[in-house]
Amino acid sequence: MRNPLSKVITQIQPSGIRKFFDIVSEMKDAISLGVGEPDFDTPWRIRDEGIYSLEKGKTFYTSNAGLKELKIEISNFLKRKYDLIYDYDKEILVTVGGSEAIDIAMRAMLDPGDEVLIPQPSYVSYVPCTQLAGGVPVIIELKEENEFRLTKEELEAAITPKSKILVLPFPNNPTGAIMEKKDLEAIAEVIIEHDLFVLTDEIYSELTYLDKHVSIASLPGMKERTVYINGFSKSHAMTGWRLGYACGSEIIIQQMLKIHQFAIMCAPTTSQYAAVEALKHGDEAVAHMREEYNGRRRYLVHRFKEMGLKCFEPYGAFYIFPCIKEFGMTSEEFATKLLEEEKVAVVPGTAFGDCGEGFLRISYAYSLENLKIALERLERFIQKLRAEKDA
Amino acid sequence: MREKILTFIEKNSRIDLAELAVILGEDEATVANELAAMEEEHVICGYHTLINWDKTSMEKVSALIEVSVTPQRGQGFDKIAERIYNYPEVNAVYLISGSYDLLVSMEGKTLREVAEFVSDRLSTLESVLSTKTNFILKKYKDHGTIMAEKSKDERMLMTP
Repeated sequence: MRNPLSKVITQIQPSGIRKFFDIVSEMKDAISLGVGEPDFDTPWRIRDEGIYSLEKGKTFYTSNAGLKELKIEISNFLKRKYDLIYDYDKEILVTVGGSEAIDIAMRAMLDPGDEVLIPQPSYVSYVPCTQLAGGVPVIIELKEENEFRLTKEELEAAITPKSKILVLPFPNNPTGAIMEKKDLEAIAEVIIEHDLFVLTDEIYSELTYLDKHVSIASLPGMKERTVYINGFSKSHAMTGWRLGYACGSEIIIQQMLKIHQFAIMCAPTTSQYAAVEALKHGDEAVAHMREEYNGRRRYLVHRFKEMGLKCFEPYGAFYIFPCIKEFGMTSEEFATKLLEEEKVAVVPGTAFGDCGEGFLRISYAYSLENLKIALERLERFIQKLRAEKDA
Repeated sequence: MREKILTFIEKNSRIDLAELAVILGEDEATVANELAAMEEEHVICGYHTLINWDKTSMEKVSALIEVSVTPQRGQGFDKIAERIYNYPEVNAVYLISGSYDLLVSMEGKTLREVAEFVSDRLSTLESVLSTKTNFILKKYKDHGTIMAEKSKDERMLMTP
């Protein structure tokens, strides 16, 4: 029999931490700080709207690009929140989560050999999506001393004549880093100078704790060279509804729509009706969740300080990224030992790129009570490690 | 600042002061002072425990009683409300807009005890015109808290 598989797919590495997670799920009283999705249920009004749409029999396909009503609400939301102007009719595409948008943006924009600049540590799908689209991932290693922001110099150093797309994953999973307006302005110059396009994944944009979130697409000259990606999973605690969207110039969005209509048809109809409600009346629920995360974030920063665990203060998403280099172990060794000895599960930083070595991703999408117990265990663990080292 | 403190402690009054300050991003002394001031000013009227008595062996009967009254000259409803709320078995008294005047929430050990309170104490008050007693059969949600047990964390571990 011939090999049924393509070279491209067999060359893509599966996520390396699968094994680690399998241990976690078998351990009964383990406390996990590993999950990357909100601990809140979807706000009731949104769920109610989904139920209501089912009762009314709204169970058909929507148009390929999404419900008109939803696209209008998305357009209003982006204007109201981030000063972004997108024509609902031509420049917005409703997708199956932000993940689909990442995939089809790459496929619509890349030719074989085109390079995609991917800052790491970052979410795990940018590299494989680039490869599946025939592109070549070029990793930019972000540094703790810059609070894991992308600097102009780092970007410039990575650019080659083949560079086509820069991925901007901020607010960032796993570091919690954000890019402020001044940071974006600095790199926007370079992007324009080198005629790059930007794929900005702003799925955590509603969860920032410093000033108002700024999108690179709102800077002068950037809209036409940016594909803006957002969704409902993190902001409205709607992960399982699988709903996101991509916005950009008509030229790009219409080509993405082609892939979407042939591969997906349309995003789930029930989810789209629920999302209309989320955008119309969800601001208060979002603000409430943000405040809740922010309290936990302050608590974690404070506790790490108390423990003497080195950690920059994150201002976005719901992750904190402490440094464990002082213990002389790899992230994976540390995480495995922590799980075995104290039954606390965290994700090794290396799951998000090699430069995550020496760091852990801790999610605070967990109740304060949970966090408190987990941190007591973590504190006991690192005290033990320090004592062993001194002995 | 006050609003921030109140919003938090309304749901969790047992939190440690130092922790509360950290979570709110405020100085501990400032939070302590505000709390003291709000207690003094009776903005904070008490710190209670929300109990699901159904899960204990204690027998309790709760009722919501709709009371129509004749307001008294010069004192409106306040005087009659006071006569009612002073009974220790009365949990809450609200002045209500709509088809009756006062809503009285009360608790007794038995049905008879509540019935006796209504017939002997409440109905016999001079300005009470009529009462309508509604017994509570089951509490689903109280003070913004759902009484049913929280479901476990059902999020699955997946590739981050």
